[in-house]
Amino acid sequence: MTIIRKKKADAATWISIGIVALIYVAVFVAEQLLPPTHMLFTVLKKGATYALVAVSMNLLNGFTGLFSLGQAGFMLVGAYTYAILTIPVAQRPAVYQYFDGGLVQFTMPVIPALICAGLIAAIFAFLIGLPVLRLKSDYLAIATLGFAEIIRAVFQWKNIGALTNGSNLLRAFPTFEDFNIRAADGTVKLYLSTLVPFLIAGVCIGLIVLLLHSSHGRAFMAIRDDEIAAEAMGINLSRHKQMAFCTSSFFAGIGGAMLAMYTASVQAKSFTSAMTYEILLIVVIGGIGSVTGSCISSFLFVACSEWWLRFLDQKQMIGDFEVPLLRNGFRLVVFSVIIMIVVLFFRQGIMGTRELPDLFRKHPKKAKAAKGGKA
Amino acid sequence: MFQTIFPYLLTGISVGGQYALIAIGYTMVYGILRLINFAHGDVFMVAGILMVYIVASGAPLYVSIPVVLILTALIGFVIERVAYKPLRSAPRMSIMISAIGVSYTLQNLVLYITGGLNQFYPKIPFISDSVTIFGATTKMVTVITPILTIVLVVALVLLINHTKIGMAMRAVSKDFETSQLMGIKINNVISVTFVIGSFLAGVGSILYFSNYTTVIQTSGAMPGLKAFVAAVFGGIGSIPGAVVGAFIIGICESIIKGLDVILMKAGLTKQMLGLATFSDAFTFALLIVILIAKPTGLFGEKITDKV
Amino acid sequence: MKKIVSLLIAAVMLLAMVGTAAADNVIKIGIYEPASGDSGAGGKQETLGVQYANKVQPTIEIGGETYTIQLVNADNGSSADKGPSAAAELVSAGVSVVLGSYGSGVSIAGSPKFAEAGIPAIGISCTNPQVTAGNNHYFRICFLDPFQGTVLANYAFNTLGVQTAYCLAELGNDYDVGLVYYFKQEFERLGGFVIDETFPTNTADFTSYLDNAAALGAGVFFAPVSIAYSTQIIDQAAGKGVDFALMGGDTWDSNKVIESAQGSNLNILVSTFYQEGGNAEFDAGFKAWLNEDAEAMTNNGGNDMIAAVSAMGYDAYFTALEAIKLAGSADSKAIMEALWNVDFTGVSGKITFNEIGDANRDTAFIKQADTANGVWAFVCEQSVN
Repeated sequence: MTIIRKKKADAATWISIGIVALIYVAVFVAEQLLPPTHMLFTVLKKGATYALVAVSMNLLNGFTGLFSLGQAGFMLVGAYTYAILTIPVAQRPAVYQYFDGGLVQFTMPVIPALICAGLIAAIFAFLIGLPVLRLKSDYLAIATLGFAEIIRAVFQWKNIGALTNGSNLLRAFPTFEDFNIRAADGTVKLYLSTLVPFLIAGVCIGLIVLLLHSSHGRAFMAIRDDEIAAEAMGINLSRHKQMAFCTSSFFAGIGGAMLAMYTASVQAKSFTSAMTYEILLIVVIGGIGSVTGSCISSFLFVACSEWWLRFLDQKQMIGDFEVPLLRNGFRLVVFSVIIMIVVLFFRQGIMGTRELPDLFRKHPKKAKAAKGGKA
Repeated sequence: MFQTIFPYLLTGISVGGQYALIAIGYTMVYGILRLINFAHGDVFMVAGILMVYIVASGAPLYVSIPVVLILTALIGFVIERVAYKPLRSAPRMSIMISAIGVSYTLQNLVLYITGGLNQFYPKIPFISDSVTIFGATTKMVTVITPILTIVLVVALVLLINHTKIGMAMRAVSKDFETSQLMGIKINNVISVTFVIGSFLAGVGSILYFSNYTTVIQTSGAMPGLKAFVAAVFGGIGSIPGAVVGAFIIGICESIIKGLDVILMKAGLTKQMLGLATFSDAFTFALLIVILIAKPTGLFGEKITDKV
Repeated sequence: MKKIVSLLIAAVMLLAMVGTAAADNVIKIGIYEPASGDSGAGGKQETLGVQYANKVQPTIEIGGETYTIQLVNADNGSSADKGPSAAAELVSAGVSVVLGSYGSGVSIAGSPKFAEAGIPAIGISCTNPQVTAGNNHYFRICFLDPFQGTVLANYAFNTLGVQTAYCLAELGNDYDVGLVYYFKQEFERLGGFVIDETFPTNTADFTSYLDNAAALGAGVFFAPVSIAYSTQIIDQAAGKGVDFALMGGDTWDSNKVIESAQGSNLNILVSTFYQEGGNAEFDAGFKAWLNEDAEAMTNNGGNDMIAAVSAMGYDAYFTALEAIKLAGSADSKAIMEALWNVDFTGVSGKITFNEIGDANRDTAFIKQADTANGVWAFVCEQSVN
């Protein structure tokens, strides 16, 4: 479980940075060349969003050893904050149709709104963390799950509808497509709608990696490995747990805002515990304790569920032979069987605790060459 | 005032009884394996779906009810053997994740089989009939549920306290490793626990779905979560605790749904506050309060950390 | 293990490519409908209307060439969070025009994806004003909630003579919440008293809400919720033997609702788009098709009762064809332009669009459940001035 880090970047690190840079270039080029309606871009946008959320959850569950199931709640807070702050004033009467145009009557630019989304989520996390972080393992899991459900109910309450639009959809805020640079006649000159989510997620994940490599990050891992020993070593448990919890929620909030941008509408109803479970499964498939793993598995997970396995939901003919079993829902059955196989037989997930640079180092004996991925 | 509150109490007690039957499964499994069996709510749902399909195949009720109960117990057994047993030495988080995976799989399987549509639960004569007590009309099942729940719980407590397998279960939940050394066949004890838990969930599902007549793949999620909260509330590992917790949660939930009307009738508020929105959230608020005030629940034993 | 996984993925991708091979002279029409979830039953019936229409008229002549119409299905799962994915799927399948959806929330949620791709959508039974308001790619062939809510409120207040109404909506369901809002507005304007409540998704126990209505002395219980919840409400209301009338919107016009009400003595009223018998030719043809095709019969809920949404689905398909004819091409942009000028008479009445993209409709049918025989009985045609 030990993660050895050298102070100076070695060749493996540079190779990894090169790979990540190549991926960004590839995304940019693909976006200019392929038709924008291609399923690839749906996958990339949603994948980038999920990668950020999965890494933020990994920070808590994998690196700090705090088993929290509140991710969907913090994503909800982030998504709502973003949506509420960025809906154009002119659109508000239409969106807040039952609440006289709503309470907030200004519009923020996208990036500050994203940061606000993270901050508000972190504030919620701070308040929730005060009581619940004292709890141990599964009790913490249930308490955070409970809080996520409470947040969901509060945001749907009619009496604060002027702020949250009650339980109704929030929409008409800027989405990823608004990052495309358009000519005066509305035709797109430069496609950026996939690159931008990659950049946002990349910057955020980069910050998380930096944090993990700092002394705080090492404290997190010490807490995970042995709480009592960590305390004996002079690590302030409650402060570091709180820090990990708030940081994770901050990025989950930004992830929620990105999800809002991806779906182009937000509703509290969709941020259920099932969403948290889905993200947890992504983390597990990628490898608990590996940022690279979470990223790779997010893209695989989204690609499988949105694109590659879709054909399982439709009738397929090979010649005159109708493939049996294929109908609506079969995709999910296959998908869940794959997940169960990973959970039961490949507990290390795709990456275990290794990161991208580890694949190019000789020291970890088991390092095999794997394709793709980003750190 | 009593006339206003009584119907809600009646519903609450009935719902509470159904939660209790599910909660026992959670609390027994947790007591022995220290595992939150997230799939338990889905076993409950699968029992409902089985009933729909078995009755649709033409089997009479006196055949289909026992068959459903046996199959449900069997499903519990199989889940344990396939998804939890291989992970016995793994960290607790892995086995909990496996439970989440099983829950996901069961839901998707049912989604596939039913096409994601609501299935109508067969009407069971007598318990689906209407009955009037103290001026409130309700279904017979509402009255039967708490009685049947109490009977089953008493039987279970007797089983645990006075039989050999019950003694083994108590031993295993006290100290997993020592009891293994003492020659108790751990795997058998765990299987029996799952069989009993699933059987009770099966009974619960018959009562629950006779009352709320449609089954869909997500039907088990909320009752499951609430039953789990009930188990924690009562002190996880304690069967009477789970039952008391379930009744409290059932009643609170029902009262919350009617609270606006009760308050208005009592003249305390002038308008509707929309409190029914919180009928689910209240359960979780209750959970958090108890976790913070008394983390081991109402009847739970104190657990000390071993270094 | 990794090799196996990558091999598997490669195989899957190959299969996916094979699956999406396209032929010439084909125009794709997307069906954006729920096939699962709370509104799955309704979505399937609506889809049946489109499928039947496609069976009746599978080709179209454009500029002397015959094009085959291919229907592409995407299941939006009745939920706003799955909607955008389903919409993206249709967009990437290259559909020229989209039909659907049953349920307003999913329509609003999917709308931006169609807008980005410049694909016009024709709403079949999504009645919330927000679906078409403020955009020019979403059209709709049914009436709107302000109209439907007003009709129902008038009927409850004037015909049933009710003074107090209890309204129930699902949290976060735009259809329910919107319809209740307009119902309340009109009912209060008429001088009645309204209490409205909401319940969280996946609620199964409605007895407390029924108790609330009874405790407040409501004369009508208005719950325009999806079919899944309505059947439970009816069943529990029958168990309690309530004495107020139950009222629903167009979603309640379903054979499932009738089935659960059969044998009880409830008074159930709904407003809807189409009354069986409105077009004899369509009725006969549709029923014959259902009886022929076992799968279609199952999707219709096991009997050949015609749901209003099936008739609407049928009309939506022909509206799309009409627009393609007017446009003279399969190009989405041209179809979008042409839709504004569509003027044709379908089985549910005349269809023309106003400047918002809504059909000009001024009548709704009120039906009552005949619980003894298990059929819907026609009550009256209602319109507002």
